[in-house]
Amino acid sequence: MLKRVYITGIGITCAIGNNVEETLQSLLSEKSGIGEITLFSTRHKGIFPLAEVKMTTKALLENTGFPGKKNITRTTLLGMKAAKEALVSAGIQDIKQYKTGLISATTVGGMDRSEDFYAGFLADPRKGRMIDIVNHDCGDSTERIASYLGISDFVTTISTACSSSVNAIMFGSNLIKTGKLDRVIVGGTDSVTKFTLNGFNTLMILDKTGCHPFDENRAGLTLGEGAAFLVLESEDIAVKENKKILAEVSGYGNANDAYHQTASSPDGTGAFLAMSKALKMSGLEPGEIDYINVHGTGTLNNDLSEGIALERIFGDIVPPFSSTKGYTGHTLGAAGAVEAVISILAINNQVIFPNLNFTTPMKELHIRPVTVETRHAASSLIETRHASSSQIETRHASSSQIETRHASSLRVEIRHVLSNSFGFGGNNSSIVLSKYETGL
Amino acid sequence: MTKIYINGLGSVSPQKTADYRNRAYPVSATFLAEPLSYENNQLKCIDPGYKEFIPAELIRRMGRIIKMGVAASKLCLKDAGTGSGETSERNISPDAIITGTGLGCLEDTEKFLASMIRNNEEFLTPTSFIQSTHNTVAGQIALLLKCHGYNFTYVHRGISFESALIDAMTQIQMGEFSNALTGGTDELTANSFAITSRLGYWKQKPIHSIDLLRDSQRGSIAGEGASFFFLENQQTEHTYAELTEVSTFLQPASHKEVSDRLHIFLASLGLGIKDIDLVILGLNGDPRTDLIYHDFAETDFPLTSLGYFKHLCGEYHTASAFATWLASMVLKTQMIPEVIRINQPPTRLDRVLIYNHYRGTNHAFILLSRP
Repeated sequence: MLKRVYITGIGITCAIGNNVEETLQSLLSEKSGIGEITLFSTRHKGIFPLAEVKMTTKALLENTGFPGKKNITRTTLLGMKAAKEALVSAGIQDIKQYKTGLISATTVGGMDRSEDFYAGFLADPRKGRMIDIVNHDCGDSTERIASYLGISDFVTTISTACSSSVNAIMFGSNLIKTGKLDRVIVGGTDSVTKFTLNGFNTLMILDKTGCHPFDENRAGLTLGEGAAFLVLESEDIAVKENKKILAEVSGYGNANDAYHQTASSPDGTGAFLAMSKALKMSGLEPGEIDYINVHGTGTLNNDLSEGIALERIFGDIVPPFSSTKGYTGHTLGAAGAVEAVISILAINNQVIFPNLNFTTPMKELHIRPVTVETRHAASSLIETRHASSSQIETRHASSSQIETRHASSLRVEIRHVLSNSFGFGGNNSSIVLSKYETGL
Repeated sequence: MTKIYINGLGSVSPQKTADYRNRAYPVSATFLAEPLSYENNQLKCIDPGYKEFIPAELIRRMGRIIKMGVAASKLCLKDAGTGSGETSERNISPDAIITGTGLGCLEDTEKFLASMIRNNEEFLTPTSFIQSTHNTVAGQIALLLKCHGYNFTYVHRGISFESALIDAMTQIQMGEFSNALTGGTDELTANSFAITSRLGYWKQKPIHSIDLLRDSQRGSIAGEGASFFFLENQQTEHTYAELTEVSTFLQPASHKEVSDRLHIFLASLGLGIKDIDLVILGLNGDPRTDLIYHDFAETDFPLTSLGYFKHLCGEYHTASAFATWLASMVLKTQMIPEVIRINQPPTRLDRVLIYNHYRGTNHAFILLSRP
């Protein structure tokens, strides 16, 4: 019998908040974290915006207790801060009390420093400060976070591009389900770098005005940075310790699009398969999903492919959905965990965070995201679905109808959230997070 | 509990492991019968003739590690599907593709980084950026096989490959899939060699690689490779070995902790020291970190047959994938090649334990058994 997996702690550091509470406040007040590039010098400054964490590396060093230390990368520091918050939020005092693992995800690792090293090294192979390159590899950040938290039983790192940290949640869940670990801290961390900024620019998928997910006039993504971690515990421990359970990991799936190294297939095969697997594992019908936190990068290709996959899975009644990348930017290896934390906040506050920067629906799709203007309609939709899902004919109730019924209410009933993260290499992942209900 | 079998192998390495033209491949009396020795402090893979594995129009653009990984994975699937006697060849399509790599697609990463710096962030082309992603090898294999299944890549230094094995085993045991194409890949580039040389990783004067353990200089010899395994929940006539268990741990405080972890590992399987017939050690010729292996062998396996392998493939993050290839071959052929022996071979060859660590930090046990 596989054990159930509960989320008992969360931590986040991203462009809209240095912790969970700040992030929630920004989401509730629809505040975007996208702005000017300040962290490094680049010729793209003033052209492309970024969603930077509003703390300098120096401030992060002080915050994590390493003031002045020179051999810790920004990726690592962001991860330490978020992972620590998750641990505290789960009320964990003795990390050695149970068999505990750390599974982190990152796409660039210490690249922010490797860039500096390489400039010197290219000119002369004897040059370049070694301190800037020794932390390059992805495992470095994870090992430092592990030692910061005191974890040594099982430590590993996943890198599958932009789906990396959802995949960390999946692997961690499997290790708990099979009893290989009692508790595992899962998540991801990535800092902004010139490498990724220039890389995405060569693909011509950066939006100069900040991303507009699922909008007809979207022009690309906005890079962000951050870290997010979740504490997963087996039901045995959670019950024994009388833990506050924030959500349950009820389903997940990973599939490969096998279409192109970077582009998504026109029929959304990978996304369709990932969502189908996640739903199947959760045992839920598509109609039971109350909210979808879509991948929604804002690129022409992703949003179309993902939108088509959503329509394939959910038919005429696609649940309310939004991309939260208009707040946090696309945090790459951290994105899956960042959005899992946001999904947990949606469940625990019973609120849908609207998709920012949306004005015009995509002409290829019948669906549109929840926006500031339509979220009340969304809440109505959810309530109607719960009342009697069979009676729903229209996708959204008209907004005038809503205003009378839900004049000042953001609150909706959210029991099950689906979150998508898709990456290069055709790597598509979906996860279902559910409100914890005793007696289920 | 579901047993997991290794039913196919494919390895591209500095040895003649990918010599598919020789129809005797892969199990044959030629198993490391003519080991290659290099007078160098870095060992590169033998080009297996990539055009046999990869469409010509793709070869030109692919980074070397991608080619190595694709070739090794295709060899592995071909091997797993090879019929003999009355059974015909089966067409293998994996349920999952899981890889491990310490540093990923280094050549492409370096290429993009260099052109970004040299051209001051202008006039860049996307190919090397696209291929720099750590999961490119697994993604390309999926693309070429049109495999829509589970696709993961682990990137944790010296336990990247072991992490991939643990994931595959866990999910085969859960019944999530019945098989998984699992492998480890790492490439050595001129720049990564130059950088790690400055860090003192390698012997300063070139040696004959075959004499690795007879050289007293500090450092090891650099290597690279791609080795893939077709793991499956059922035994076939082609099975090499049972993949019994894998365990990893970080930075043990002392030799005693390694020993304790070993005993817990064996006890969890109902086994003891006497049940292990051969221990393959990750000795890499660096006296500073080989001490851990000597302590381990002397304390826990004083009477057991010992072997080593890094004189054949060099040191790299996923070198344990080469050791797993070797152990699989040993169990299948029931023969320990002369070149890997440290002491007398055993009379019985039922269980092979691989103990490897990367620079004293990432430690792993991999246990294989005769099916």
